[in-house]
Amino acid sequence: MSLEKTYPKEVKQILAKYPPEHKRSAVMPLLYLAQREEGYITKSAMQDIAQILEITETDVASIVGFYTLYHDKKEGKYRMQVCTDLPCALRGADEFLDAVCGNLGIQVGETTEDGLITIESVMCLAACDKAPMFQTQGPDGIKYHELMTVDRTMELIKALKQAGREVKS
Amino acid sequence: MTHILLRHRDIPDINMINAYKKDGGFAAFRKVVTKMKPAEVTEIVKNSSLRGRGGAGFPTGMKWSFIDNRNWPHYVVANADESEPGTFKDREIMEANPFQFLEGLALASYAVGAKVAYVYLRGEFWQLAAYLDEKIADMENAGYLGEKLFGTDYSLKIYTHLGAGAYICGEETALLESLEGKRGQPRVRPPFPPSYGLYGKPTIINNVETFTNVPPILANGADWYKSMGTLDSAGVKVFSLSGRVRKPGNYELPFGTTFRQLIYEHAGGVQEGRPIKAIMPAGASSSLIVVDDQVLDTPMDYASVRTLGADLGSASVIVLDDTVDIDWVVNKTIHFFKHESCGKCTPCREGNYWMKHLTSRIHSGGGSKDDVDLLLNVAKQMQGKCLCALGEFSTMAVVTGIERFPQDFKKAVKA
Repeated sequence: MSLEKTYPKEVKQILAKYPPEHKRSAVMPLLYLAQREEGYITKSAMQDIAQILEITETDVASIVGFYTLYHDKKEGKYRMQVCTDLPCALRGADEFLDAVCGNLGIQVGETTEDGLITIESVMCLAACDKAPMFQTQGPDGIKYHELMTVDRTMELIKALKQAGREVKS
Repeated sequence: MTHILLRHRDIPDINMINAYKKDGGFAAFRKVVTKMKPAEVTEIVKNSSLRGRGGAGFPTGMKWSFIDNRNWPHYVVANADESEPGTFKDREIMEANPFQFLEGLALASYAVGAKVAYVYLRGEFWQLAAYLDEKIADMENAGYLGEKLFGTDYSLKIYTHLGAGAYICGEETALLESLEGKRGQPRVRPPFPPSYGLYGKPTIINNVETFTNVPPILANGADWYKSMGTLDSAGVKVFSLSGRVRKPGNYELPFGTTFRQLIYEHAGGVQEGRPIKAIMPAGASSSLIVVDDQVLDTPMDYASVRTLGADLGSASVIVLDDTVDIDWVVNKTIHFFKHESCGKCTPCREGNYWMKHLTSRIHSGGGSKDDVDLLLNVAKQMQGKCLCALGEFSTMAVVTGIERFPQDFKKAVKA
């Protein structure tokens, strides 16, 4: 995949934000663009971005490795990232995460058999007053889900599953 | 009280450009660009005694006056990387009152001669970044951003930039590294950003809430702003309240409001009417304060909170009731800091690694008294030796937790 061929408009828009002599600044937005299709950054995408920005592939890989929202391997279509930091935990986030894992029959870090959901425990999402909460990271970006219950979460997962089926059929 | 920052709570649709304009929005920006010299703007902000709302509380106008005019271009960057457990104020401001924030950013840009400003948002604020892009486009279409504003020679562009899940990027120099397309690791300071910032150029970085204070200051004057709050801490603050309170959320109140007023009058008290055991006044990086009547009646301003052996920081108040074990709190905060340590300096990288092992062992019941002593020792050895505030602050809950709540650690290692 070549980003400039697949997303010519987006690449141009991203590069326009930064001084031409500092186009390395575009590495993070370009990585999000590359991640859009597969849900993770492929080796060829890293090569591609390195070429666009005239930096080394190692430079790009060092960014992927440093930031938690970039992924270097394929997991579930949606990553369900539950915040379990102190303020959320004081509102029951740990118990919430355990219950959702129990219902899905998987442990934290694992993916459901159908490849739909990978469940993760993540650090602060800046929604402390609305816990339990999580974000979903998927093909359409990142979405917040606040003041959640286990039931509402299972309904959301069901809806994601149905939407996935509709797309496939 | 009428809100100055959370104005969406009084004025419907203030997130729409026409409603914002109708309520006097952008009048300050127009006046400043057409009638005032940049230095005059900085002077008014300086006279208002506005302090940075990101946590450090540095005087804003003074920071702006440090911009190095021998080196161009200049940049302004909004720190919207809000990621500290307990802090959730900037998100509400940007979502609900976006134009006041953007106008503040524009005013700061004019004051320091920047023609390009960036909003660095944490990556999780994906939807919010797209929404701010729409608001920026609204401003461009209405003639508040772009070339030759209001018929003058001043031009300004604002761009958003998404981080990707790294708390350290809230540290101003790590944020700049990240914006330059590198790993977000702090730079050694000095030089400070007003002389060496983005792309090595003079740069002013302020928190979202700080910028949002600027338009009303320019509209109403420095004295008006100073008439609120305390001598040491002028104006109003958005206090993010979380933990075991009945009504967690953001509360905009003057500096000097007491903990008791915030928790009991505004947030309905503690869940199930339980007593408060401890307060963290500034999120996960806070010292833990043992709560008694005197503490509850302490005014929340920078100087008063310091008398309690803590800092007000970003005023993210976490309330812990009597059912909460402090060894568990310390374990939670250290898991956060261990995960978020960027690894650049050894005391933070290694210290947090070992603190995580020790707190996990103590909290899980497998620890000994020696582990508690060692944990305290590791934390104290880190203090004053880290490259940036993350490492320094990671030790706060550990040291104050063990020293001020020894009974909880004794119980944990006996169990």
